[in-house]
Amino acid sequence: MTVAAKIRELIGESGLAEPDAGGTPRAVPASEAECAVILQAAQSEGWRVRIEGCGGWMPADAPATLALSTRRLTGVVDLNPADMVVTVRAGTRWNELRSLLANEGTWVPLDPPGSDRSVGSVIACATAGPLRTGFGTIRDQLLGQTLLTADGRLVQSGGRVVKNVAGYDITKLAAGSFGAFGVITAVHLRLRAVPRADLTLVAHGNRDELLNRARSILDAGLIPAALELLSPKASPADRWTLAVRLVGSDVAVAAERDAITAASGLTFEKHVASHAADFWQQTLAGVTATPTTLRMGALPSSLDDALDTIAHYLDENCEDWISVNVLAGVVRWSGAADGGQLRLIRGIAAQHEMPVTLERAPWSVRSEVGHFGAYRDRVGRIVHSLWKAFDPQGVFAVPLGDRP
Amino acid sequence: MIPSQALVALADAVGPEWLRTARANLDTFSSDGLPTHLSRPAVAVIPGSRDEVFRILRILHHFRIPFVARGAGTGLSGGALADEASVLIVLTRLNRILEIDADNRRAVVEPGVVNARLTAAVEPLGLHYAPDPSSQTACTIGGNVAENAGGPHCLKYGVTSNHILALEVALPDGGLVQLGSPGGEPWGLDLVGLFVGSEGTFGIATAITVRLTPIPSAIRTLLADFTTLRAAGEAVTSIIAGGLVPAALEIMDSNCIAIVEESIYSAGYPTDAGAVLLVELDGMDEEAVASEARQVQEMLASGGARSVQLASDPEQRERLWQGRKKAFGALGRIGSDLLVQDAVVPRSRLPDVLEQIGAIGERYQLSICNVFHAGDGNLHPNFSFDGSQPGLADRVQRASAEIMHICIEAGGTITGEHGVGSDKLQYMPLVFTADTLDMMSRVRQVFDPHDLANPGKVLPAKACQQP
Repeated sequence: MTVAAKIRELIGESGLAEPDAGGTPRAVPASEAECAVILQAAQSEGWRVRIEGCGGWMPADAPATLALSTRRLTGVVDLNPADMVVTVRAGTRWNELRSLLANEGTWVPLDPPGSDRSVGSVIACATAGPLRTGFGTIRDQLLGQTLLTADGRLVQSGGRVVKNVAGYDITKLAAGSFGAFGVITAVHLRLRAVPRADLTLVAHGNRDELLNRARSILDAGLIPAALELLSPKASPADRWTLAVRLVGSDVAVAAERDAITAASGLTFEKHVASHAADFWQQTLAGVTATPTTLRMGALPSSLDDALDTIAHYLDENCEDWISVNVLAGVVRWSGAADGGQLRLIRGIAAQHEMPVTLERAPWSVRSEVGHFGAYRDRVGRIVHSLWKAFDPQGVFAVPLGDRP
Repeated sequence: MIPSQALVALADAVGPEWLRTARANLDTFSSDGLPTHLSRPAVAVIPGSRDEVFRILRILHHFRIPFVARGAGTGLSGGALADEASVLIVLTRLNRILEIDADNRRAVVEPGVVNARLTAAVEPLGLHYAPDPSSQTACTIGGNVAENAGGPHCLKYGVTSNHILALEVALPDGGLVQLGSPGGEPWGLDLVGLFVGSEGTFGIATAITVRLTPIPSAIRTLLADFTTLRAAGEAVTSIIAGGLVPAALEIMDSNCIAIVEESIYSAGYPTDAGAVLLVELDGMDEEAVASEARQVQEMLASGGARSVQLASDPEQRERLWQGRKKAFGALGRIGSDLLVQDAVVPRSRLPDVLEQIGAIGERYQLSICNVFHAGDGNLHPNFSFDGSQPGLADRVQRASAEIMHICIEAGGTITGEHGVGSDKLQYMPLVFTADTLDMMSRVRQVFDPHDLANPGKVLPAKACQQP
């Protein structure tokens, strides 16, 4: 029996969509139960499965026996604004969730890069954007999830409450595992009220100067919602740009604006409403204009070194998309690089205690170097043992990392 | 029984004076902050350096002797208790602050550093360590990491796991692993996130890199009193739904107020109130925080508060907080035994659940004191009782189980910040399926294949029986 025929037999004709460009059959389960049945079959038949969301982030190019799309696992399951928690299925488009929440006066304070992402993609790849300065990363907004492991077992962790220490935090383990631990089918996210004031301040200059000004903002004890240094390619202004986002009450934002202006000594352009939204949207969408994206972590005081390392090994002419989170000490770079270059920079960065995560790349690149690597002693063994615990037969086509 | 060769090796590792084997010494370690659970360890070993911790674990691994790590022993889930087949590793001598890096807002500490001591050390730099469990003047950062401790100000600032950037860990085989990086980005998976809250079952954190947070320059503390607990719960729901994120939102009920006011921790709470609600707002701008405080004051008044006191100077604030932070201590005066619950419910369910808890107390003829992190929906119903009275301990247990069930039915969970330990093992199957517990067990085996680290805690025995 063909793979397509097996899917048809298991979940019916509606569970089968058009095959991908290479002819790989594509299953589109409409429920967790259907998804579980497919994974059980994959495990027993020895299939290799590629998990797909909206296709707006990771290229859907991993060789597989079956493409498993979450596109029918959509919609908000539960939303009670009084609890400030939403439960949403993973195939829902991030932008749709955002609009729906806005109608209820709430938001999830995350601004993942890329333009057409599913909720599952944002969580599985743990791609936080500039708002991590003020609100933290995916892990800080994620209260729980439902995960289907490679053998089709449903693992539920966390829940609809904002504090929870029952059992091990499998939620944090699976967020950022690129789907290697299973198919995330639904998540519980922490909400906040949409802020009354939302102001973006923008200033231009040279890289080092702007980085120093950003540090003086932090030295004044201020924590804006976002404080991002953007390369000319990443900035709509086509110049090195310091972008600051302030959210909160009118009084708080006005006070913060004045304090930031004083602390930095910069003259800022001010963007509000749709202009501000356009600025960030344009910046964040640009990340996928090139094939490969990586994230490098550093101490905030070592960001110059991180940027110099990237410039030296990947971006000599300063032509690539770079966004620097000054408080978190994280540089996101997007451009073109082969596996050899990525392995080299990962090794060099590791010597300086700067972890590199390959966030997205064509299969030829990511299968060669993996999303993670150059681990500290014994970390690789733990990562691979955990991976094996969740997917012992290697059902999911995810090149998580170099073998230790 | 611990083999004598192992005892010799342990004494050699730490020096004989730091190996405790006398029963009278060991009794000191036979309970944590929850006196309903008692267990005496075979021996207690008190290392004085990180290196000694690794040596101890290598010895124990060699002899396959289980161990339990313990900080100050303020835990509330029976999590740091060792039995007579186990070695207790007491980490209070590892109390050095290894590094303070104000530029990067981080510090590196040994696990035995007391929570409040860290904040005191960085306060002159305008920084603090945000998680503030009520026991912060005694509890250790290592224990906070093990339990993923919370505290009143976690409503705004997040719990322990939101503030841990990296960990040096002694694995159960005595090997060393560095999780996370100095700046907080993971090496691959979020293993720091997985380790925090693993209750000592994955190994011992020997050096902890924490995030430091600027001290807010403007703070307002409000105390509202309500005629009923329900009204106080409804006020919390309306503040959260209104979009404000106070630094803290804490409730104490009338039983708790009475006990606190009769104690040396008296804070001047109105003793005829059904409940008091403490609200704290903070930020970097006086005017903005004052404006939020006015907004909250209006919400409280329209929500039926009889009166609202506003404290803006540090002394007034201190006094308002004292009763809340010392409530557990005050409870100790009225009964020899204490059972503390730690369930969490969705915040909109608070008023109903609080009413149900009251009804359960009446039905079992027990006095329940509620003092809790209302903004997080994190309940702490307390039973203070005399366990020597026939049948009383059993009645308390049954009432407590009933409360746990109503919280789970309300969409909640069994523990928000105290951990599962040994106290809540029985409730784990109520919130997790067998498949989920099995997967947790597999995760545990990755770190501890020989089941040496804090055995018998967190996961019910059945879930740990892996092929």
